[in-house]
Amino acid sequence: MALKHVNAIVVGAGAGGGIVAKELSEAGLSVVLFERGGWVSFEEHGQDELRNQRTTVLGNAYGPDDRHPRVHEESPGRWSIVPPNHWAYGNNAACVGSGTVSYGAMAWRFHETDFRMRSTYGAPEGSSLEDWPISYADLEPFYEKAEWEIGVAGDRNGNPFAGPRHRDYPMPAFPYNREGRLLEAAAQRLGLHPFPIPMLRNSVPYAGRGACVHNRACCGYACPINAKNGTQNTVIPRALATGNCELRTHTIVSEIVVDDHGVARGVRYFDAEDRAQYQTADLVVSCGGAIESARLLLNSKSRLFPDGAGNRHDWVGRNLQDHAYSGAHALFEQEIYDDVGPGATIAVGDFSHGNPGLRSGAVLCNEFIRPPYAFSGIRPPGAARWGREHKEFQRRFYKRCGGVHGPVQEMPMFATRVQVDPVVKDHWGIPVVRLSGNRHPADLEVGRFIAGKAEQWLKAAGAVRTWPALPGLVQRSGQHQAGTCRMGNDPAISVTNKHGQVHDIPNLFVADGGLHVTNGGYNPVLTIMALGYWVSHHIKARWKEGRLT
Amino acid sequence: MLRPVKQPPSSPGRPVSRRTVLKVGLVGLAGAAVGGGSTALLGRLGRIAPPPWRFFTAAEAGLLIDICEQLIPGDDTPGATETGTIHYIDRQLCGVFARHQATYRRGLETFHQTCLREHGQPFQALPADKKIAVLKAIESGQAPQDLWVEPTPQAFFNLVLAHTMQGFYGSPRHGGNRDYASYRMLGLDYPPIVGRNREG
Repeated sequence: MALKHVNAIVVGAGAGGGIVAKELSEAGLSVVLFERGGWVSFEEHGQDELRNQRTTVLGNAYGPDDRHPRVHEESPGRWSIVPPNHWAYGNNAACVGSGTVSYGAMAWRFHETDFRMRSTYGAPEGSSLEDWPISYADLEPFYEKAEWEIGVAGDRNGNPFAGPRHRDYPMPAFPYNREGRLLEAAAQRLGLHPFPIPMLRNSVPYAGRGACVHNRACCGYACPINAKNGTQNTVIPRALATGNCELRTHTIVSEIVVDDHGVARGVRYFDAEDRAQYQTADLVVSCGGAIESARLLLNSKSRLFPDGAGNRHDWVGRNLQDHAYSGAHALFEQEIYDDVGPGATIAVGDFSHGNPGLRSGAVLCNEFIRPPYAFSGIRPPGAARWGREHKEFQRRFYKRCGGVHGPVQEMPMFATRVQVDPVVKDHWGIPVVRLSGNRHPADLEVGRFIAGKAEQWLKAAGAVRTWPALPGLVQRSGQHQAGTCRMGNDPAISVTNKHGQVHDIPNLFVADGGLHVTNGGYNPVLTIMALGYWVSHHIKARWKEGRLT
Repeated sequence: MLRPVKQPPSSPGRPVSRRTVLKVGLVGLAGAAVGGGSTALLGRLGRIAPPPWRFFTAAEAGLLIDICEQLIPGDDTPGATETGTIHYIDRQLCGVFARHQATYRRGLETFHQTCLREHGQPFQALPADKKIAVLKAIESGQAPQDLWVEPTPQAFFNLVLAHTMQGFYGSPRHGGNRDYASYRMLGLDYPPIVGRNREG
């Protein structure tokens, strides 16, 4: 039996998709929101350090599971099948809310310069560095909407390097923890500009949910009291409350059907009982994250697009980015651990841009609480990894260890990419993702610079020993995955236009990190959310004008 | 072939600690189970006692317990043995870590053969300082190349080390970290308290 035709299909109930579903259903469109996972809760896994979304040695607490393998190509001709908890998998959670259920919840707006990287710095050799087709000013109202509808606690006067904003944050900033207070004084002495990290958590009761209780296990975990704000406890419930949105959990979308005229007709998917289904719609929005959106487009072959939807010029899946995390660990003589979660409280934006001789940078923040197993892997160079020395180090320094790290903005690489594997298929017989490629060598140079600044800051805060944590050359993506469905004005060198509309397929859109031309020197989720509102705004405008059907 | 070995007396000059006794007891128990009779015999006994290990043979378990105890030794606070770290590994090898079964099976056998060739004795019979030297050699890859083909000594060591740390520091629900011993060692509340609700 044919399923009832709807106005819009949204694939993926994460940061972008949750917002698009809410915006379209509130505008009166009938929406089906597909999600490959289900609803999850803190109680399933508690504070389990070995099975969450940050440490995944026993699997991903919130998915995906082993029915979703990928292929990692370490070097040309050398590849292996990797499970979802493997470091090379590029995982993001598969559940209602996706990564926004279990993230650390930093709520950054990208820097104004992040939108015009090529015109500011010029592209280094070997990089496909480009400007965004939109500016910070274009996105500003949508950042604001994300901050108020999802809920952010922050200090509008905190970061002198931030772009202008029209409206304050809806909640006051969180106070610094003990480490943050040490770092604040040190930053002042160094002439830096410290400020509290804006967070998608409730510093005071907000939108009917309570304030954060500073649980230790936060980053990587669902919140036990629902004080962390994701799409699963904000916009998705609002979408469902309109009566216009149907959420289909445990569904696997395999293909967007594009007809011979280059119009998207709907999606083929497998329902919760693994039965093949076909859902038609007037428009489709792909929000599966940079890796899965690229896979879905590549797996959607049609007469006009034999290499995948929107892939006429071979740009789908290209320019996969994340962040070349860099920073430093530090040991102190006194205890600096105060067991106040999540731990990351303070930042400086002094090194986001304008670093001498370098093309990018990063915001520097103190770190989320390191649980005991994770801490067992943090050792200064030359220290024993085991034995009596290991135990003594754990006992002496667990509460005396600090760290400052930053998401170094990467130079996009055309050859660093998502493909669909020609051989390997998942549980449903769908060709899986094949990941390959490296970072640009310039990222490692910026990494060393940022690590040096981190060590300097920690030493000024009283650290008796510091050592750097540096990125490697192999691209590693995860929650910060971005860039594979680049937006741009020239269809020959991008996948969508500046509104997230796939070139040449007027009723197919992308709304996730895949759109990012560059990924900023910040955690990307608030930008993904802002783009969710931005893309929805333009879909609604065209819908009203009747230009999509 | 890796067979059950007798637990050596404690190292010269060191008194037998409560933990050593416990460890000997554990290995002894594991060893005793190996000789277990036919199913028919067990059937006659009525209630079948569960085997002590899900994946390991008693001899493998005895060796691995001793390796893990060197990685996280008991001292003022419990070490790997007392906290059940090997139970974590054994349990996961029949679940999430099933893909590592061959690495453990071959790695432990090769480890055993290495000790026999280089020291003329099984690992458990070596004095404490020798045990540490053996592990350091394996860790750095200084091991007989003809014995260590797959896994490499470093790969085997790193796998066991990672699993030992996981068992010792991870949640007790997975078989190790008995009574949150490692949390107590670090001065963290145990079990972790949700919602301490204190001011930052």
